[in-house]
Amino acid sequence: MFQIVKKMEMAKSTIIRFDISAPKIAKKIKAGQFVIIRVNETGERIPLTVADKDEFAGIITIIFQVVGKTTALMRTFNEGDFFLDVVGPLGRAAEVEKTGTVLMVGGGTGVAILYHVAKAFKEAGNFVINIIGAQDKDMLILENEMRTISDELVITTDDGSYGTRGFVTMPLEKYLTERSDIKLVYAIGPIIMMKNVCKLTKKFNMPTMVSLNPIMIDGTGMCGGCRVKVNNEIKFCCVDGPDFDGHVVDFDELEKRNSIYSKDEKESLLYSIK
Amino acid sequence: MFEQDIRYLKYKTHLSCYCPLCKKTFNEEKQHEKSLIFNGSYKKQDVLLKLSPYLDVFDIKTSIPIGPEEVLDDLICPKCKESLVKKDKHCEECGNPVGEVIVSAYAKLIPFYFCLKVGCEWHGISKEDARSIKIKIPRQAMPEQDQRLRVENFQEVPFGFTSELAALEAGRCLQCKNAKCIEGCPVNIDIPGFIRLITEEKFDDAAKKIKETNILPAICGRVCPQESQCEALCIVGNKGEPVAIGRLERFVADFERKRDLVTVPDITVDTGKKIAVIGSGPGGLTVAADMRQLGYGVTIFEALHETGGVLTYGIPEFRLPKNIVKFEIEYLKKLGCHIELNHVIGNILTVDELLEHFDAAYIGVGAGLPWFMGLEGESFGNIFSANEFLTRMNLMKAYKFPEYDTPMPRGHKVIVIGGGNVAMDCARTAIRTGSDDVTIVYRRSRTELPAREEEVHHAEEEGINFRLLTSPVKYLGTDSNMVKGMECISMELGEPDASGRRRPVPVDDSNFILDCDLVVVAIGNGPNPIIFQSATDIKLNKRGYVEVNPKTNETSKENVYAGGDIVTGSSTVIEAMGAGRIAARAMHAKLSAKPKKKKKVAK
Repeated sequence: MFQIVKKMEMAKSTIIRFDISAPKIAKKIKAGQFVIIRVNETGERIPLTVADKDEFAGIITIIFQVVGKTTALMRTFNEGDFFLDVVGPLGRAAEVEKTGTVLMVGGGTGVAILYHVAKAFKEAGNFVINIIGAQDKDMLILENEMRTISDELVITTDDGSYGTRGFVTMPLEKYLTERSDIKLVYAIGPIIMMKNVCKLTKKFNMPTMVSLNPIMIDGTGMCGGCRVKVNNEIKFCCVDGPDFDGHVVDFDELEKRNSIYSKDEKESLLYSIK
Repeated sequence: MFEQDIRYLKYKTHLSCYCPLCKKTFNEEKQHEKSLIFNGSYKKQDVLLKLSPYLDVFDIKTSIPIGPEEVLDDLICPKCKESLVKKDKHCEECGNPVGEVIVSAYAKLIPFYFCLKVGCEWHGISKEDARSIKIKIPRQAMPEQDQRLRVENFQEVPFGFTSELAALEAGRCLQCKNAKCIEGCPVNIDIPGFIRLITEEKFDDAAKKIKETNILPAICGRVCPQESQCEALCIVGNKGEPVAIGRLERFVADFERKRDLVTVPDITVDTGKKIAVIGSGPGGLTVAADMRQLGYGVTIFEALHETGGVLTYGIPEFRLPKNIVKFEIEYLKKLGCHIELNHVIGNILTVDELLEHFDAAYIGVGAGLPWFMGLEGESFGNIFSANEFLTRMNLMKAYKFPEYDTPMPRGHKVIVIGGGNVAMDCARTAIRTGSDDVTIVYRRSRTELPAREEEVHHAEEEGINFRLLTSPVKYLGTDSNMVKGMECISMELGEPDASGRRRPVPVDDSNFILDCDLVVVAIGNGPNPIIFQSATDIKLNKRGYVEVNPKTNETSKENVYAGGDIVTGSSTVIEAMGAGRIAARAMHAKLSAKPKKKKKVAK
């Protein structure tokens, strides 16, 4: 059993942050890795990104958007409550090296993982430029945290209610055109965002890593549910990823695969409301 | 020993009783009431006789009242309708006619007579008969769930032997001196030994006999491919069908469990040394039990939230009920094994870190990485690996969706690709979740199907279609990216390949389309790389499986052992257990030979 030590609601309560006591995982987890949580006996196993850790306090921070039955159920949990199972760390850690200037792009809940990875890049001695985006001001998360680890921070909102109006690709394009010292782009967010980022960076021939978050059950390579086509080869996100070279990921296929369970998700949610 | 009269059979001996003509049993068990059923006639009226199967209360219950001292006209076998009255024999007490049945006792089958006069207590066996008994009993089938009912539930298909059927089947064993069957068993169970105890009706002793070498008899009795192991070498099988060793193993294990007769041995030795077992599948459980009994501290690390490995996530409920797996694991806990769930070794702890705390480690992580065929359209929705399909159903109980949260893969027309046991499991799971039409697509012919005959037979009975000599080429999808069809090509068998099976060759221009809305790819698994990403000093072969010394199962890394599918590729439960046993022996030999201190000095 894993106890929740702190709960925070963000973005009009659609995004939840939990600090969970999991000392063994906290000791090992690296930026880019994830955990799988099973809330209770009848629960499904859902992969969740880890946004931060405190090795000494034995705490990991998870941040997720409420989208289906399990995440809706998790929202009802409070400080002091327990999750039945937390497995991790899973997936390979992001490859963080000192390369010079890196440009990190995050959208929506993706900012949570971006924070963890950007922090690692910063600690490795890189000049870190962060671009984070959200639908509107209320939906923006981790602004202050991001600020502390950014050498430069750009914020975009779709409706212009905060920061620059538009998508993250606009400042990205500007940076890529203006700065020649950028060595790497790292993008995490909705599939459509990552797809557009990669389309753009390809034009500039800029190495781009993306972090994928597809359907998963076991998270240990056993089920193959998280298969993605990378460079025309089948890869499993949970053992080969979640980070891949964004220029060879088949995003169209990934989009299709991620849409498959939306109907069941609704049915499951309805059942839980009844 | 048969000079003795059957009257000396011990008090309350339970009779397994069957017809001397058709060899079918008279024993029936309904709502825990055991009885022997016969037809008969009394004053030209048909009567149904219900006899107690205990020697001491051999009374007759009939459907119409018969007074004491009355004599039945006839006694008839309800199965073959032949008369059981023995013409040349009469009751030795009252001279009335007697009926003849065969009973199983003292590891033999003996003709047994009893008087047809109500109230006459004479029953017995004459000495001349005792000498000339050689009756051929056919291999007994297990009673099972009706095929129409069972496709609608997840309950186990066979009910298992009753004690009568078990005794009857056990009576077929020849008790060979140099029993070949033992050689066929990867863990060398004393098969004639436990079967003999069944004939003596010492069922719990029989279970303990098996447990001397096999800690999981209830599981092995169900899922071992006995027909290619112990039963393949059974002498009785040379002329007819072999003794049903697996069914007997299952029976005694169930008997012991259901009657709560399982005892946990006291572990008196303490070596002070500790073993880490990675993976709680059949191999890991064997190593854990063996080493614990030898006095080692044992910790089992399991990646999933439940123990049992393939026994839990892979083999469906209707073939191996999960409460049996749980029971066996509880037994290990009672032995004192420690279990750590949710531990993905390689990530949360590396093998090197384990060796800081443990004296040796066993890797039994199985072959968990599903293969896909790389066909066009394989990423369409509702195309699953067998692992995913079965994990959702078994481990996550998706068949109880939405009570359980994991969505159930559903399809009206389901195709399962592959011909192994896993493919049969997937097909039979699909039919139980309400699919109208389930088809197995396999590229060779029926004789090459790698699945157990029993599984193929059950699948056929349940209405699974077989598209043999057929291979998929590509998938077709709907606008919403769900699979809607599979283009196939016909195959024919050519020359034998390296595996000795005839190689399937595509027939030109024979492509055709099968409609489907769910596909399960059950073509096998490769090795899971997670653990070796950090343990680079464990030597793997070209295909990614672990290389071990076959005598000890030790890997290239000292004190790290491995066995089961991660060494051999996909194989069976009992092979994994056999590998675990070899490793446990070698581990113990090495650890007990080398004092603990020395190891630290050497470092």
